[in-house]
Amino acid sequence: MTAATIEREIRIDAPIEIVWDVVTNPQHIVNWFAEEATVDLRPGGAGSLNFTEHNHVSPLRVETVDPPRLFSYRWSQPDGEEPTEENSMLVEFILSEDQGVTTLRLVESGFAKNNWSEEKNREYFDDHSNGWDHFVPRLASYAATANVSAK
Amino acid sequence: MTARTRSYDEEVWLAVADPNRRSLLELLINRGEATASGLASEVTFSRQAVAKHLAVLERAQLVSSRRAGREVLFCVRPNQVDVAAQMMLNIGRSWDARLQSIKRIAEEVHRSALAANRVEESPISEELPPN
Repeated sequence: MTAATIEREIRIDAPIEIVWDVVTNPQHIVNWFAEEATVDLRPGGAGSLNFTEHNHVSPLRVETVDPPRLFSYRWSQPDGEEPTEENSMLVEFILSEDQGVTTLRLVESGFAKNNWSEEKNREYFDDHSNGWDHFVPRLASYAATANVSAK
Repeated sequence: MTARTRSYDEEVWLAVADPNRRSLLELLINRGEATASGLASEVTFSRQAVAKHLAVLERAQLVSSRRAGREVLFCVRPNQVDVAAQMMLNIGRSWDARLQSIKRIAEEVHRSALAANRVEESPISEELPPN
């Protein structure tokens, strides 16, 4: 298994319990994510995010609830399918607190199966020249150049 | 805010999720056109694996192939690569915006909780002996 990963980190001047509540409580979720939200906050619990502006509902399934440190869910599975490791994206919110300042880390990852060993994948993935965060901007700049030269 | 249009995103995401496929895509970007064997000579995995990965990339419309005599030549599709790159950048940007909102909301909640506490506690704190 290999991951395509988006990772972000933000420091928040508030205690971890407050950040946890903002991240997991639908009353807050509607103010930073989707216009309507439901979450059954337990492992395996169902939820949905309704992006009314886009007329689009994203179902999700809660994976891990470990307050106030880890909340994760799966989404982006094909319509009508249950999310699995193979067909969905995993979103993780990882929280830690130091002297009243909370660090919130967001990791969204997708998985693809191949025949390599976990160790070899890891080795390859850790090679930064080929890493995800370097790849996407390179791809974008290639695409920009290619489009310019095509015009 | 980006809502996902599932099918295409999913294909593209899975296609580029694999580091081997990313390196193949980059090789093709650098070379312009290449056969599966030509690509296999530059990577550490088998020609069979190269062919399998190329099929996934082709299904995600990131590469196309054409027959030239007995060979099949592969090349990238710049427009599709652009769509994919923008999509992935957008997903990142959406999270940036969401995290900024989480920060703003949590800090507001925290500040108003502090202010409420101060109002509640002020008559009591006046009676506390000085430190």
